[in-house]
Amino acid sequence: MVNNPQMVDLQSLTAEHFTAETGISVNFTVLPENDVRDKISQEFTSQAGQYDVATLSNFEIPIYARAGWVAPLDQFIDEDAEFDYDDILEPMRTSLSVDDVAYGIPFYGESSFLMYRQDVLEAEGVTMPDQPTWPEVAQIAAEVDGAEPGMSGICLRGQPGWGQLMAPLTTVVNTYGGTWFEEDMTPEVNAPEFSEAVNFYVDLVREHGQNGAPASGFVECLNNLQQGNSAMWYDATSAAGSLEAPGSPVQGKIGYAPAPVMETDSSGWLYAWSWSIQNASEKQQNAWEFVSWASSKEYEELVGEELGWSRVPAGKRSSTYDNEEYLAEAGPFAEATRQAIESADPENPGVQPRPAIGVQFVGIPEFPDLGTQVSQDISAAIAGRMSVEEALDRGQRVAEDISERYEERAAQQ
Amino acid sequence: MSSSTDTTSVGTNPEEGRSGVTPPARRVRTRSDSWQRRIPLLPALIFVIVMTQLPFLGTIIISFMNWNAYYPDERGFAGFSNFARVFTDVNARSAVLVTILITVATVLISLVLGLAIALLLDRKFRGQGIVRTMMIAPFLVVPVAAALLWKHALYNPEYGLFNGLLTLVLGENAPQPDWVGSMPLPALVAALVWQWTPFMMLILLAGLQSRPLDVVEAARIDGASEFRIFTSMTLPHLRQYIELSTLLGTIYVVQNFDHVFTITAGATGTANLPYFIYQTFYTAQDYGRASAAGVVTVLGTLIVAMFALRTAFAIFKEEGR
Repeated sequence: MVNNPQMVDLQSLTAEHFTAETGISVNFTVLPENDVRDKISQEFTSQAGQYDVATLSNFEIPIYARAGWVAPLDQFIDEDAEFDYDDILEPMRTSLSVDDVAYGIPFYGESSFLMYRQDVLEAEGVTMPDQPTWPEVAQIAAEVDGAEPGMSGICLRGQPGWGQLMAPLTTVVNTYGGTWFEEDMTPEVNAPEFSEAVNFYVDLVREHGQNGAPASGFVECLNNLQQGNSAMWYDATSAAGSLEAPGSPVQGKIGYAPAPVMETDSSGWLYAWSWSIQNASEKQQNAWEFVSWASSKEYEELVGEELGWSRVPAGKRSSTYDNEEYLAEAGPFAEATRQAIESADPENPGVQPRPAIGVQFVGIPEFPDLGTQVSQDISAAIAGRMSVEEALDRGQRVAEDISERYEERAAQQ
Repeated sequence: MSSSTDTTSVGTNPEEGRSGVTPPARRVRTRSDSWQRRIPLLPALIFVIVMTQLPFLGTIIISFMNWNAYYPDERGFAGFSNFARVFTDVNARSAVLVTILITVATVLISLVLGLAIALLLDRKFRGQGIVRTMMIAPFLVVPVAAALLWKHALYNPEYGLFNGLLTLVLGENAPQPDWVGSMPLPALVAALVWQWTPFMMLILLAGLQSRPLDVVEAARIDGASEFRIFTSMTLPHLRQYIELSTLLGTIYVVQNFDHVFTITAGATGTANLPYFIYQTFYTAQDYGRASAAGVVTVLGTLIVAMFALRTAFAIFKEEGR
């Protein structure tokens, strides 16, 4: 399990509320995100059976499901009427299923949207369109750049990593009509659409982005927006909770617009920390009991009443967004978050058919490596040390290497 | 372990150690004697061989296998394909180049700086002991902590000391460069030089202090200039110390992972071979390819070390005679 705050809350509530009721005791292993990924992939690839349940994301679950490492959940869902599976937001259900069989249950989810300083835009006489396009955002970034001393027009991730720079950038690539791979695994990393999107992103962050862009990721941009060093930020919906938290210098000053688009109707990403049950587990029924409880409406209410509504693991159930107590606290961003998640289409995030599920990633085991290597070169382009064309040509070579292996595999079958 | 034995052997007179002139009769006796003396040490020797050589053997075997954790059904013999991939992969090739660049730059710069500081510290002055201890301090800092220190306390464009110093000296409108972003390789090398200069200094200082001062005194009386004394006496005397510090420094800097991982995370063209291997192993979960890259690194290091040493020996032999 990841050591994110929501998971730690769950750990503290389990003994008193879950074990007391069901008699099932739960042992947790809690690790930071990167370590947990390594540990889980070791555990699941070897089917060691040491853990019954693990937190996986919508990136891993389809891969693990195809390999037969995680248990299908349809039967459990059917027998557990109280769980109300249909209440789970549809993009989540899609991205956690393979061939219409569910393999994962989300614990909390996020998409991406554009956060902007309403007061700064107003002072500069700029209005944010209801559905901004990327050129419009670039225009606004130019106008609000330097609106306050040391304030950049926009903050965009530049830190290498498939989960850092590559996440927002891939959504831009999608909406510009680009793709990492065609449906038949033909790599398109240096195709014109991909290149146009990356050039746009790199130019925008170089011209109106934050200081130290090649090294800034989610946390750095969050700080920049909070400290008044940036006027806009395109990133995860989960950031809004921190921006609107009591004591935040920008509380109540932020406006939320959908992820900017070009060719597609929406471009927000989709990510969910989710539960999966290991196929080798001998206690699958008990494991399901736990999963069902942890992702239930009752659990959300429990957290709301015991720990406060801002700590509710949100973004997975549509009923969360009917809950008035939740909306009272998360009002400014709740609706924008729900719409962003609902408009994400993990099967068709771009303009062409894809080989694998995923909005801000390609759901193949090689993507973390590919995305990380390419992001290192694009980060160099943001730093002005390499041209975007060179970065993408190198990326294309890495992608070709991957598609060659897919061809070899296909030829053997 | 090897470093301690090396340093002791350096301490002996080079003439005696090199030619190894000993009467033949005595040599025969010591040979059988020494074997008897060595027998109790054999378990330790075998233990060391098992612990150090078996993993390497394992790495060599895995480097010839198709082994990606995500594709358990495809595990099997792969021939040389992993090696072929390592040599055709664009990022692997640039990792080799970056490793060479970082290593050569770091070792050369810290060697020159270390020599200069060692020459200064060789003189007598008040507070010598304290200054020496302080000069060694950077080498004692844990590498990852040193890297974090450079990344955050010094290089950071927002709150780093370098840019703060610029503001202090040049006023409000001082340039605020993004050090790591605009010059990633020099930034890495600077942090590494900071850490490795004390190491070079330490070895060279030991060399300087074992210098026979009466000969220097004699040269001075004969009218030799300080520069001549330095080039003709001090440098030849330091030969072995320079070789040793270069060799050890190279072996360690080639392996450097902490600085690359912490300061740039392999970005902006700074991924060296250890970082590339880490990425292939943990991110791509491709054990076969990572092992192949590891084997290539070891072979490369061996070849470079041998080549560099030969050249160094040749140069110094000519100068020494």
